[in-house]
Amino acid sequence: MTMPVLSPPKPSRVHAVLGVLMPSVCVLIGAILAFLMFPYDLSFLTRIVIMMILVVSFDLILGQAGIATLGHAAMYGCGAYMAGLLALNVTQDPLLGLLAAALAGGLVAWLSGLVLLRTHGVALLMISIAVTMVLQEVASQARWLTGGADGLAGITIGPLLGLFEFDFIGQVAFIYSVCVLAVILVFCQILIRSPFGLALRGIDGSASRMRAIGTPVYRRKVTVYVIAGAIAGIAGALAAQVTGLVGIEVFNFSLSADVMVMLILGGAGRLYGALIGTLLFMVVHHVAASIDPFNWLFVIGLMLLLVVFVLPKGLVSLPGRVTRLWRRA
Amino acid sequence: MGDGLVIAGLCKNFGGIQVAQDLTLTLSQGSRTALIGPNGAGKTTFASLLTGILKPTSGKIVLNGHDIGSLNEAARVKAGVAKTFQITNLFRDLTVRENLRLPILEREGRTHHTFRRADGWPDIEAEIFRLLQDLDIQSLADRPVGGLAYGQQRLVELALTLAVKPKVLILDEPAAGVPSTESHLIVEAIKRLPPDLSVLIIEHDMQLVFEVADRIIVLVNGAILMEGTPAEVVANTQVRELYLGAGHV
Ligand SMILES: Nc1ncnc2c1ncn2[C@@H]1O[C@H](COP(=O)(O)OP(=O)(O)OP(=O)(O)O)[C@@H](O)[C@H]1O
Ligand SMILES: [Mg+2]
Repeated sequence: MTMPVLSPPKPSRVHAVLGVLMPSVCVLIGAILAFLMFPYDLSFLTRIVIMMILVVSFDLILGQAGIATLGHAAMYGCGAYMAGLLALNVTQDPLLGLLAAALAGGLVAWLSGLVLLRTHGVALLMISIAVTMVLQEVASQARWLTGGADGLAGITIGPLLGLFEFDFIGQVAFIYSVCVLAVILVFCQILIRSPFGLALRGIDGSASRMRAIGTPVYRRKVTVYVIAGAIAGIAGALAAQVTGLVGIEVFNFSLSADVMVMLILGGAGRLYGALIGTLLFMVVHHVAASIDPFNWLFVIGLMLLLVVFVLPKGLVSLPGRVTRLWRRA
Repeated sequence: MGDGLVIAGLCKNFGGIQVAQDLTLTLSQGSRTALIGPNGAGKTTFASLLTGILKPTSGKIVLNGHDIGSLNEAARVKAGVAKTFQITNLFRDLTVRENLRLPILEREGRTHHTFRRADGWPDIEAEIFRLLQDLDIQSLADRPVGGLAYGQQRLVELALTLAVKPKVLILDEPAAGVPSTESHLIVEAIKRLPPDLSVLIIEHDMQLVFEVADRIIVLVNGAILMEGTPAEVVANTQVRELYLGAGHV
């Protein structure tokens, strides 16, 4: 006699859909509150949202697949230039700008990823830095295209969906950025739950084991690098569109480093971590820099030390840690 | 085409040291071969050469008429050669179920999917469940592998490689570190393997070897010392001296 094959209890559909939507819902609620509470800080809030998109994209690489790079600004910068050039020369439609920037970011990620993902550790870090440096140099030399050190200025963007004009207080810009973030979060949540997402976590856990079960590890790494690059390009495009400016500092090393710090602060491998880390970093930066413009890095450094030593999985792991301590007590 | 895995003149040097010296042998379809030899004889190296983790200095590897020697590791697994790791190599942060899901998704060519849930294929979930049942580890299904006892991890290690459904299965000391109360589970699992599968077992535990192998290869210093039935190997005085040690003579 054979027992019927018991299959594991399946999580309900509603539960699954909620899980996918939850980060976006949190972001939307947070954005509405912020919009009402700080109506005169919308440009700063928009910068936070754009940075969140960039850090979330970096989480796909570092958090999910476990690939540490210090060159995420490369794709961000290319997206920014692409959106700027498109608006100045071809079309002022904002969404076409995002699309073009995603293609640019993805292309740069693909070309550089083909080389850098063949390496590991320090070599990979160095190549990712080098790629960004080369791009910065190209942007500063190609004056005819990029405006050199002066950058692109006077970028104007047409109305969103042909309906909503970008206003000078930045309300439309803020709402636009929040919506893009919400869509990207849904996309990332679906990706993380997919077979591809599981494979990324497998690569993070043990690349040698992934190979031993037949996974083309290198190809999967290149794919996630391209996806993350496309999202980083979108973040760069948003920055160009809402500020109307693109300068060579989009390729600054410090941007790539900040992105990594924000993710580690919040907790790599969790989308919420990327969001919380970015929020904390940007707010602390903003507040501390207005009190003491020269020593704000001290505060960030201290926080980073605390997190690395006390909460190695980032701030998102804090509630879990506290409840565990509570139960033990 | 069922002539199995044919290995001819396989050599490997690490610096000046020859760890595989002109290894020539055939693992015919359905055979149960044991590879024994003292520590450092080159057993793991040989297995790694077969699965493509290491590149041989020279030699040929042919599976059912196809030269697989030039394939990379992932492609060789897809061609049908898979091995377990002597030192457990698992996805420690994932649950047992997720660990097993990965090789099956990969085998079915589904890991590139980005818009479907990884646990969304009922056939795969059912197969995971059967694998868990076969090794009697259903109760561990939703625990992270990193938190399991070592013996349990060895069972997951075996399950992960079985999930690949290889034609040639290489087990690198499958029972090493498994408490004796659980090692029978591994022996049973090996005995239950599909009869048309070629199995190469690297093992120090002679009792296990005699229980499952119909042929034994003795490897010493990277070279095959002898090859024969268990009875022939036990009778060989050279093997007794070199490998089984004075206690067995
Ligand atoms: N990557 C490597 N580089 C250099 N030497 C190596 C490497 N891997 C293994 N060796 C050496 O090759 C020899 C064979 O090692 P191998 O691991 O194949 O032995 P083994 O028969 O599996 O031993 P054990 O029974 O201890 O598992 C050893 O002398 C080992 O030190
Ligand atoms: Mg070994």
